[in-house]
Amino acid sequence: MYLPEYPLPDERGRFGPYGGRYVPETLMPALEELEAAYRRLRRDPDFLAELEDHLRHYAGRPSPLYFARNLTEAWGGARVYLKREDLNHTGAHKINNTLGQALIAKRMGKHRVIAETGAGQHGVSVATVAALFGLEAVIYMGAEDVRRQELNVFRMELLGAEVRTVTSGTQTLKDATNEAIRDWVTNVEDTFYILGSVVGPHPYPMLVRDLQSVIGLELARQLQEAEGRDTPDAIVAAVGGGSNAIGAFAPFAYRPAEKRPRLIGVEAAGEGLASGRHAASIGAGKRGVLHGSYMYLLYDGDGQILPAHSVSAGLDYPGVGPEHSHYADAGVAEYVAVTDEEALAAFRLLSRAEGILPALESAHAVAYAAKLAPQMGRDQVLVINLSGRGDKDVTEVMRLLGKESR
Amino acid sequence: MNRIHAAFRRARDEGRAAVVPYLTAGYPSLEAYLDTATQLLEFADLMEIGLPYSDPLGDGPTIQRSGEAALRAGVRTADVVALVAALRQRTDKPLLLMTYVNPVFAWGPARFFAAFAEAGLDGVILPDLPPDEDPEVVRAARDAGLATVFLLAPTSTDARIREVVGHTTGFVYTVSVTGVTGARSELPDLAPLVGRIRAQTELPIAIGFGVSGAETARQAARVADGVVVGSALIRKLASGEDPVPLLAEIRRAARVE
Repeated sequence: MYLPEYPLPDERGRFGPYGGRYVPETLMPALEELEAAYRRLRRDPDFLAELEDHLRHYAGRPSPLYFARNLTEAWGGARVYLKREDLNHTGAHKINNTLGQALIAKRMGKHRVIAETGAGQHGVSVATVAALFGLEAVIYMGAEDVRRQELNVFRMELLGAEVRTVTSGTQTLKDATNEAIRDWVTNVEDTFYILGSVVGPHPYPMLVRDLQSVIGLELARQLQEAEGRDTPDAIVAAVGGGSNAIGAFAPFAYRPAEKRPRLIGVEAAGEGLASGRHAASIGAGKRGVLHGSYMYLLYDGDGQILPAHSVSAGLDYPGVGPEHSHYADAGVAEYVAVTDEEALAAFRLLSRAEGILPALESAHAVAYAAKLAPQMGRDQVLVINLSGRGDKDVTEVMRLLGKESR
Repeated sequence: MNRIHAAFRRARDEGRAAVVPYLTAGYPSLEAYLDTATQLLEFADLMEIGLPYSDPLGDGPTIQRSGEAALRAGVRTADVVALVAALRQRTDKPLLLMTYVNPVFAWGPARFFAAFAEAGLDGVILPDLPPDEDPEVVRAARDAGLATVFLLAPTSTDARIREVVGHTTGFVYTVSVTGVTGARSELPDLAPLVGRIRAQTELPIAIGFGVSGAETARQAARVADGVVVGSALIRKLASGEDPVPLLAEIRRAARVE
């Protein structure tokens, strides 16, 4: 096991102009301390062995790289593989990150962890590792999300975490993140903030990327076994904050252009980019600062952050990680957007074609792959990062499809 | 000497710490804000004007709610520029804008700072911008003729203090506690932190976060050159009370012994 070291961010925590540390001064020493601890631990053989052991025996890695024969035949183009992050413990890629951060917290002597959550996936994952390592966990969740995701709230409580309802602002993920940061500012001496995506102040975008890179590294090795080459022609992944996508992209992103697969991030177009109800920060946003990082962001002419919208709660975030912002500008990756309706269609398609219920987030990647694969050659390989399982979304999909058929 | 330093000097000559009230601009309405701010100015040495923001992660519930209410009522950045201009008509005292950094990026730093400077603003307080993080923004404020103010906290190391005061031209805004803005019934011992800051700068030092009344103001005035009070005033406004007597009381309490 190793944690890859990439050329970016630079020593100031920047990916080109993006990233940085736009935070209250109170947090600056804590961020410096975290960065120093992480830079030490990433090369510490004991830490890496402990992480690997947990990834293997607790999370269930490696996750399979599954050749989707039926999809391949149905689309009639590229050979389609699914990177099955949905088969990890807790049902998504989130555990790759939370295991790593919880182990860092332990080694830094912090016994209290906090986190933000939107739909509850990251929150459940944090509650899970907190239970495993005997840490006190407080999870911030917007009142609106608490109402919509009752079951995940109960799940976190079963795991022993305290869920705090956030009633400020839009009462969703961005406000839960604000509240987690406020908690951290207040309790910084004894608290570790387990951030869930490749956003936030440096070193979080780097730390979360490195921990999620196991996705892309495994994928390369598994593809070598399956196809005799370690590089697919294209990788497609859903992008909200961007952690599953960065995990799949980063191990390939710093290669020379001719050795790089097409990297395609799929944002949530919601009800359509023209409707204003979407979460396409790269597709329709501007550069700005949210939660400590300079990145593409949805805001109005005065800089007030706009609410994001997507059928998928995990993509419902008004910003996108600084590294993705940089990839977009530099042309390292392409970013497209898929509507709620297209994602729902893909949800049904994958369920019927392969017997796999994808998370609505991951269904966005499937929806774009459905457009791309038929245009690719039969000797080409396309990998979809299937970031999570769809069980959590079944009630929501039932509601949406029910509405449609009536 | 800029107007900000002169205000601190004058207060000291009167045997007081400078009194710096904070109100959220446009709360509870544009007109009511202007009235209240004008009355508070009588007891203020400097005035802090909060730009309402959707995601104020350094603020506690009181200031959050006031900002949300102002935004719901439709307050825009241009309205706040106009409020600054209106206040400038009524006072010669220093006016400082407290703003998160994204509204600055939205207009572009040069345009944003120039608009406020033209309206008569003296300085800008940037609570989510460690100055070394984005020197261009700091330079743009300076180029517009605005003094710059940044926050220091109990967690600040000597290295951080050195970095931050090096970019400061207004005063050093010292946060009394680790945490967000909000009225508190008592403050921790501030002498060690203020002492560490004084060792590195001759700039005036104001204590903010947690000042709620006479006792906390007295405590802050014992070690610092100024006292910022925000949430306690806004709490009065939120409950329909007059905040002016509270500020008068704080001014009386902020004697330098």
